[in-house]
Amino acid sequence: MKCQYSCQTGEHVLARRDFLGMLTGGFVVGGLGALATPAVSAVLQKEQKRVLVVYMAGGLSQLESWDPKPKTDTGGPFRAIQTATPGTHICELLPKTALHMDKLALVRSIDTKNGDHGKGSYQMTYGRNQMPGVEYPHIGAVSAKALERSDNPLPGHIRIPGGSRGSDAAYLGPKYASIGMNGKPPANSARAANLTEQNDALRNQFRQKVNDRFSLKRRTAETDVYTQSYEQAKQLMEKRDVFDVEKEPAAEHGKYGKHDFGKHCLMARRLLENGIPFVQISHSNYDTHNENFNFHLEQLGEFDQSFATLIGDLHERGLLKSTLVVVMSEFGRTPRINARFGRDHWGTAWSVCLGGAKIQPGAVIGKTNENGTKVIDREVDHGDLFHTYLSALDLDSRGSFDIGGRAQPMADPAAGPIDELIV
Amino acid sequence: MSLDTKQTHVVHQWKHGKPVIACCFDPKGRYLFTSSEDYTLQRWKMDDGSKVAWPAHDSWVRDIAVLPDGETVITAGCDDQIIYWPVEGEKPEPRHTIKAHEGWVRALDVKNDGSLIASGGNDNLVKLWDPQGKLVRELKGHESNVYSVFFHPKEDLLLSGDLGGMVHQWEVKTGNLVRTFEAKDLHTYNGGQGVHYGGIRDMALSADGSILACVGLHKASNPLGAVNEPLIVQFNWSDGKELRKQPGEGVKGIGWKVEFLSDGVEICASGGSGGAYLLFFKPTEVKPFHQLKLPDTIRDMSLHPDGLQVATAHHDGHVRISRMEAKVADKPAEKK
Repeated sequence: MKCQYSCQTGEHVLARRDFLGMLTGGFVVGGLGALATPAVSAVLQKEQKRVLVVYMAGGLSQLESWDPKPKTDTGGPFRAIQTATPGTHICELLPKTALHMDKLALVRSIDTKNGDHGKGSYQMTYGRNQMPGVEYPHIGAVSAKALERSDNPLPGHIRIPGGSRGSDAAYLGPKYASIGMNGKPPANSARAANLTEQNDALRNQFRQKVNDRFSLKRRTAETDVYTQSYEQAKQLMEKRDVFDVEKEPAAEHGKYGKHDFGKHCLMARRLLENGIPFVQISHSNYDTHNENFNFHLEQLGEFDQSFATLIGDLHERGLLKSTLVVVMSEFGRTPRINARFGRDHWGTAWSVCLGGAKIQPGAVIGKTNENGTKVIDREVDHGDLFHTYLSALDLDSRGSFDIGGRAQPMADPAAGPIDELIV
Repeated sequence: MSLDTKQTHVVHQWKHGKPVIACCFDPKGRYLFTSSEDYTLQRWKMDDGSKVAWPAHDSWVRDIAVLPDGETVITAGCDDQIIYWPVEGEKPEPRHTIKAHEGWVRALDVKNDGSLIASGGNDNLVKLWDPQGKLVRELKGHESNVYSVFFHPKEDLLLSGDLGGMVHQWEVKTGNLVRTFEAKDLHTYNGGQGVHYGGIRDMALSADGSILACVGLHKASNPLGAVNEPLIVQFNWSDGKELRKQPGEGVKGIGWKVEFLSDGVEICASGGSGGAYLLFFKPTEVKPFHQLKLPDTIRDMSLHPDGLQVATAHHDGHVRISRMEAKVADKPAEKK
């Protein structure tokens, strides 16, 4: 087959992945994907967008974070504090984040009608209800494909902490599946110790020479993909330090906090600065059926320092305008305080915090009633939020991926974006 | 009638209607003070169970203490404040309002002679106050939130216990740290959940001063899910060495309070996922010799000055008064 292609088939993606796997232990790089809508591709070429998801595992209490209800029967012991956005109050557990609320926004009217961890996690990160026998791609896979750049050899979908490859890309293919990282460079990405730099260069020159001669007469789509992948793998090896958070100065570690979450936030900044389209960091654990207030005090103390530092840095470095930030959980927590000072699972009226990219700074969407037991204005669900994330990235959330000639909607067609949140 | 712990029974069940958090008798035994999740304080008259309630802090009240003269009640709030209130009156107004700590004030105790009040808070500090609300001394040394404070009844010493299971002994006059008891069994770090849990929830000293009892929880296999059991850790006062552990056998919950009764028996109030129990231990034995199950979950306990009654604060909005002696007459617990 001669080289007349703009081929995006899954076979090529898989073939290249296998090839790279030999070199990098399964680490997939590069980009083949294209969006079905040419207009969207054109938009992406103008400015690279990125996504940071901060996943509050277990279910962050909206009452101890984004939608406090002090001095009510569900309010608990914490008070509300003023933020940098006049009139917007959040819980006193987030004093540093409060200073950045003029850059962030809140959606306080989520009803996902679910109180199950697994289903809630799926809803919030896939934008749909989980159904047997049907697979959709994770927001990270969607972002990695939609925002990928051919000039960046780094993988597009990173999950921190972690150490394995996810099965979360569905029909987009394994190239866009998540890769778990822990603050160290990927395995097998360094030049072998017994191979000198000079020998390595000679080896590459020889490979290139043979490749070039082969291409003169027998160039195909497959050979081009192999060649391109090899070049990208080489670039990845040169950029392996991007994944090594210990390369950051000690002062930066101190600023973010020396706990795991601080390190992970610092690593997220490092990855986003290096053009990785999607990074998810997790903070664990908020499933506080017992002693909700003590545990939120402890957990949000860590979160507040690191998250506020990260938002401040993204803003100061000019990255926030092109980086969508979402702080989400699988659900919120019950307004009712149980006998053990705990709060239980609650998907009926809860909140997320988001900002950056095209999210309107300082906006507050929706409202719950006086004691937070129900949504009374602008109810939204996970599907609407998923559309909103894509819209904030300048993508047409009602658009589709072209997968083997078949259009696959990027987001649930039954839902839609929160238009008033997008600038 | 005399103390007979095996005959302990509920004599009053007074309803406030909102979950109760803390309770404390006044030293003259006339009143019981309680706090609840509706941000009010309540004063219950022991004679007839009548209640006066009033708005208190800008947040929940975690602990209550009353000065020995019975004239002033002091409350510790999650609004960083300590407030001094008159004991009497239909609508008590604050006498002194103090910004006491950075973060919750979790614990209070009053020196026997009424000259000092100790507070412990989320800023990891212990502070000493005079009866007029003036700061006397600040004690630094804890590395985690201070969960409990306790004045030695006879010596010029203060004990403070923290989330990490450390109990510091301070000389009150100088503020010097004298020694530290390490009740490590009362602290858990769960790496999977990323949380510290447990802490010294309360302390008590035996009448002869030989045993220090620290109470909290252990076997915290799932802190976020309330899978844990109450535990008392005893120390030999003279040499500071651990004497024994007294677990609440088969009971799930947190040991919130511990007291030594006049016959030397320890009483522990346990509340949590396994319900509410009063556990009774002989001080030299490991297992409780008696336990009384109470309705709903206990969150606090106070020993009446007569030594025969205990009050317990419950999530179901009730305060329960139990007598530790045989029933006077065979009649059901009074409901109001």
